[in-house]
Order: sequence, then structure tokens, then C-alpha cells
Amino acid sequence: MTALAKRSEVAATRTASGRDSHRPSSRPDVARWLFFAVFLAITLAIMLPVIIIALTAFKPASEVNAFPPTLFPEQWTLDNFRAIFSELPFGRLIVNSFVFAGGVTVFALAFDSLAAYALARLDFRGSKVLLIVIIATLMIPFQATLIPIYQLVSDLGWVNTFWGLIAPRAADAFGIFFLRQFFLALPRDLDNAARIDGASEWRVFRSVVLPNAVPALLTLGVFTFVNNWNDLLWPLVFTTEQEMGTITSGLTLLTGPGGIIPQGVMMAGALIAVLPLAILFLIVQRRFIESVASTGLK
Amino acid sequence: MTTQHLTKPRGYRPPGQLGGRTPLNGTFARRAAVVGFLAPALIILAVFVGWPMVSALQLSFTDASGFGDPGFVGIDNYVRVFTDANIIRSMGNTALYAVLFTPVAIIVALVLALIVNSPRLPFAGFFRSVLFLPFIVSLAVAAFAWSYLLDPQIGLLNYWLQGAGIRIGNVLQDPLLAMPTVALVAVWKSFGFYMVIFLAGLQEIPTSIYEAAQLDGATGWKRFTNITFPMLSSTMAFVVIVALIAALQAFDQIYVLTGGGPYQSTETIVLQIYQSGFKDLELGFASALSYVLLIVTLLLSLVQFLFFGRRGEDIAS
Repeated sequence: MTALAKRSEVAATRTASGRDSHRPSSRPDVARWLFFAVFLAITLAIMLPVIIIALTAFKPASEVNAFPPTLFPEQWTLDNFRAIFSELPFGRLIVNSFVFAGGVTVFALAFDSLAAYALARLDFRGSKVLLIVIIATLMIPFQATLIPIYQLVSDLGWVNTFWGLIAPRAADAFGIFFLRQFFLALPRDLDNAARIDGASEWRVFRSVVLPNAVPALLTLGVFTFVNNWNDLLWPLVFTTEQEMGTITSGLTLLTGPGGIIPQGVMMAGALIAVLPLAILFLIVQRRFIESVASTGLK
Repeated sequence: MTTQHLTKPRGYRPPGQLGGRTPLNGTFARRAAVVGFLAPALIILAVFVGWPMVSALQLSFTDASGFGDPGFVGIDNYVRVFTDANIIRSMGNTALYAVLFTPVAIIVALVLALIVNSPRLPFAGFFRSVLFLPFIVSLAVAAFAWSYLLDPQIGLLNYWLQGAGIRIGNVLQDPLLAMPTVALVAVWKSFGFYMVIFLAGLQEIPTSIYEAAQLDGATGWKRFTNITFPMLSSTMAFVVIVALIAALQAFDQIYVLTGGGPYQSTETIVLQIYQSGFKDLELGFASALSYVLLIVTLLLSLVQFLFFGRRGEDIAS
């Protein structure tokens, strides 16, 4: 259960204290569990697209296209997973996705945290103006600058390379702003003590601030990773060879009207594409949801 | 909410316990540190955000096509943005999409936030996590799943609805229904994010207000209209603006589900930018279109900025 839930539970016992005094296990609260059952059904309905991906991936082709359609496979098969690796250079696409999303994440975390530290801890003239300029760039839709970025990447000869995919995103305004807010909230006593002991700013950053900022770095890291892993327009623009695409762009190029590859195979691909994110999300979900909530992360 | 810092350039720095800074100010080492810490990020931002913005503005006044030297054409591209029938239609489509997407996404998110915030719901934490899941699924993947569910021949959803006597036909090929469908897919994908922001807003409402209301006999709907809704107004404003901006930039699920069809009924501005910039190679025109989108987005952000700026002051005073 998340900390958010715990907090609301505390609130619950407080607001409903009048009623709760005679709650103890004498009788189950029927209304409460009915509410639960109804909402569970609604949630399952909302999750139908995710459920259909997971189940269709294991259906043989005959069942995928059968009428009337069914929810569960009658015969479970791994054929779709075998097929996706032969229809597409799928192993390569997975590696590309990891290198691209992982590369962006590593660089952005490093560069953003450095800049955020300067903005949060090193008082220098113009720091406020600089912060406002950085925040202003947050509002630029990335589509607006896509063409010049493409030309730049193309002039550098970086189309169809990882550098072309990663470099333009190696720092981003949101990450700088997010980490700056977090660094500001860290108590200054520790780094001041280190400075008095003669530590350089780099030492303070490296040994005092960063170790205390792990939760924020984790959240920003997961968010950056998920965003880039899922991005469609970016890899579509910067890669023209199938071999350099990502899972997201690779799967998309093969669909289109008429569907070039069978739906069951697509679903197997989609399931593989979602899996790393789902695992990542489950590991850090509590902090992730809380950070989204408290920052309005976009 | 931390977002208030964004619009309220005040009180960033809590006074340090030891009298603030140590006496390094102004030294060479200190300046070197500032430059060293800022340089990597600022170089990236200058090269890949700052310069492209200037360059896009320049391009938008030319007939650049990626081949040969671009010629200056004045404001022709901008004139075309506001006169080309295709573009005007795609602006109308984008507006329609925003009108369909924004209210539905917000209502769904708010209702679900109220439910998962209810103290009477068992396993609320579980529901929060599950309902957030669509947000981490890519729009492209979500679009595959939806197009399969909605398929007129083999789609499960279509089949179930037919069982209930509802015939929806091939919604993605229907010029009237295609846009509501792509908007619905976007709602499905993003409600979890807005829900979580509403949850944060709900938890900021002091429970003492509800206790007082309970003493006065206010319950249920009355409690919602008189306390919850007014107390959520700043969260609501934030979500509305963020959702509107997202709606203006719709691309992924439309590209996958309809490609702009049928009969260009789902062609949005970003789809046009992609088409004219990367398919037709009309770079100058696509840049002008991008700048129009940029200006609309900035105006919306300005509204948010002013609103939150005022709210922040209200809270502070």
C-alpha cells in the first residue's frame, strides 16, 4: 500500500471516527465490499486494452481472427513471440530502445543534476534570470524545433546513429527544474559543514548532495526512461533505417492499414515493449506516483 | 504543490543555518565552479533548444526544402497557414480534438481520484497503481490494442456491444466517429496522470474542513460542491492547461490509428507539421506552422503562469 493510501487512511479514521467506534470485526461492512466489487469491475473494464494485449499475445492466429472473438485463448501458444523475432530485427530493436532510452537517461541525469546544483547551491549573479529562461523553454512544444534539430543532426552526420537520438535530449529543462527544487529542500547544514572542512563544490555535490538526492534521481530517471522508450515521433524522424529504430517505432512501421503482420504477433511485440516499463514501474511505483503528484511532472 | 515555485520567483532560498554562504564568493575558484557545473547542460540546451528556435523562425520566412539555397519569401508561409484549406481544417480538427479530449479526461480523472481517495474503498493503493498503468503504456501500443478491440469484424468490444444491441460499425473509418475515438484512446492513456495530480490536490484539503461540514450536516454531493470542488480550483486550473497543451500536440495515437483519415477528418496540426516537414519536405512552411503552434502554446502557458502567480500570492498573503 502506498504512503498516499496510508495518509488517506489516517484521514479516514479521523473523519469517520464517529462511525468507526463500533466497527470492530463484529460484522463485515457489506456496503464497503460491494463498493469494492463494483469498482474492481470498473477497473477491469478500464484495463481491457492492457488485458487484451497480454491475452492475445498467447493466442494462435486462428483464434486471433476468429468470430465470435473470445477474451481468453483456448490454446496457449508462444508462436507469436517466435514470429515477432523473425518478422522484425526485434532483438536489435530492443537493444536500440535500451541504448537510446538508457543513454538519454544517464546523460540527462548527470547534466541536469550538475546544473541544478549550481542553481540551488552556488549563488551567482544572474542565477534567477537563468532559471526563468530555463523554465520558459519548458513551454516550447518539441515539434516546433524538430525541423532545425533534424537539420543540425543531419549536418553533423548523426542521422541513424545513437548520438543523433541521444545528444539533443542529453539535458532538459524539466529535469534541471525538478532537481533544483529537490536540492533546495535538502538541509544546508551538511554541505556547509563539508565546505568549512575545506571540501570543494565538486566534493560537496558528489559526496553530500547526490547521495541524499537518490529518490529524486530515481524518479526523474524512470520518467525520462519511460518517456523516451515510448516516444514515437523522435525515432521516426531521426532514424530511417529499420535497424536503427526502437521497439515503439519498429512496431508502428509494420502496422498501417491492412496490417502487414498479424495482430497476435503485434500484441506479442507490444507486450515485450511494455514489460520492461511495467517492471521498472512496479519497483519504484510509490515514489513515482508521489513525485508525479507533487510536481505535476509532464 | 511544488509547481507554485515555477511561477512564484520568490523565497527560493531558505536562509542557511550558518549564515548562508561560506566565504568563497567572487573568487576565481568559485566562478570556475559555476561555469563547470552549468556548462554541459547549458551547451546542450543552447545547441538543441535555443539555436533551433532561432533557426526555425528564420526558416519560416523562406521556401527551404532541404535542397539548394532557401529563398526569402517574407510572410508567405504564414499567410498560407491561415489560408490553406487543409491547414484550416486541421486547426478545426485540433480544436475539436481538444474540446472532446480535455473535459472527458478531466472528468474521468477527477471521478476516479475521488473514488480511490475514498476512505471507504478497500485496497485503494492497489487501485491507484493499476489505474496509473495506462500512463506508462506508449500511445502507439495503446492504439494497437484499441484498434484490435474496435475492429468491426473480430473486435471484442464491437462484438460485446452488438450483443447489447449497439452497432458502432467501423468507427475508425467513419468520418464522424474517428475523431471521438482517437480522443477516447488519448483519454484512456492519460487519465491516470491527471488522476494522480487531483489526488495530490485532494490530500491538501485539510480534514478539519470536512469535520466542520459533517457537524453542520453537509454530506455527499453537498460536501463535494461546497468544499472539494472549490478547494480544488488551482489544481483544476493546472490540469486544464496541461491537458489543453497536450491536446494541441496530439500525434502518436492518430498516426497509428487513422493516419489522419478518413477523408482527413483526424488530421491535426502536428500531423500536418510531420507531413509537410518530413514527407513533403516543405521545411519553411512546416516551420511557420510550428511557430503558430508554439505561439498558441505559449499563450496558454501564459494564462497558467498568470493564474498560478496570482494564486501563489493569494496563499502567501
